[in-house]
Amino acid sequence: MKFGVIVFPGSNCDHDAYHVISKHVGQPVDFIWHGDTDLSSYDAVIIPGGFSYGDYLRAGALARFSPIMASVKKFAAQGGYVLGICNGFQILCEAGLLPGALIRNRDLHFICEHVTVRVESVETPFTNQVKRGEVLRLPIAHADGNYVCDDATLKQLQTEDSIILRYCDENGVPTEASNPNGSRDNIAGICNRERNVMGLMPHPERACEELLGSTDGRDIFRSLAGTLASIA
Amino acid sequence: MKAKVYVTLKPGILDPQGKAIQHSVNLLGFEGVADLRQGKYFEISLEQGIDEETALVNATRMAREVLSNPVIEDYRVEIES
Repeated sequence: MKFGVIVFPGSNCDHDAYHVISKHVGQPVDFIWHGDTDLSSYDAVIIPGGFSYGDYLRAGALARFSPIMASVKKFAAQGGYVLGICNGFQILCEAGLLPGALIRNRDLHFICEHVTVRVESVETPFTNQVKRGEVLRLPIAHADGNYVCDDATLKQLQTEDSIILRYCDENGVPTEASNPNGSRDNIAGICNRERNVMGLMPHPERACEELLGSTDGRDIFRSLAGTLASIA
Repeated sequence: MKAKVYVTLKPGILDPQGKAIQHSVNLLGFEGVADLRQGKYFEISLEQGIDEETALVNATRMAREVLSNPVIEDYRVEIES
């Protein structure tokens, strides 16, 4: 199995993702420049966090027009696994690979802290080694993480079991107080209908070492690696 | 010729920046401000020789596909000859 981490001008969590794949997952991984277009040798692609194109216009809006994104769309349509983290989630929404949008946080602040999220669905390649209802402690670091969508989209996400992570308190209850940014229905991460594309605002790649305060992020990468191993 | 594109948040989409600006306006002593929403304005200068109809078609496409996100925003295009 081979992973690719896409690098846009302004990506800044690309090395963290690369480090986790190479060190903790123990699999080959390449950086892929946003001007490239060839994804034929990859099984999974990570769109990392950061501030691609300086968040100009809207977060993720300009990255969508990079040459690599047409290839990512094709890759996803062919069943390839795509994981968008933070700015990567914003890019996937702007590109139409995931429904909804991410707007300015409810209280306007840039939020950088550890939060707790509940795993709502384990029927995904990204969470199939986690228990449903499990509470993960992961860091967030964003100004535009407020997930919005219309009523019909929310209903669809709910009925299709596409909501994967929700902000919750330490006991696993999704409360208003535990919603850091005002996201609709406390949504922290979703997947597409085909379940091979996931986007999330928390940073699992920053939660894979004891030294960094949490190792819960490993569950996401372990699930994805396990999925790839099972189909190899 | 210029194309002017106004991008505004759809009704119902939370606008925390607009709220913060409204708060400042109130602090300045203005009364009677019921609501304040922030939007974006784009001014696109077009090269000579482009006719108005083409300008409108092109600017509308830019507004729809780049300048706005249809999930959260509406747009309005004006052509100034």
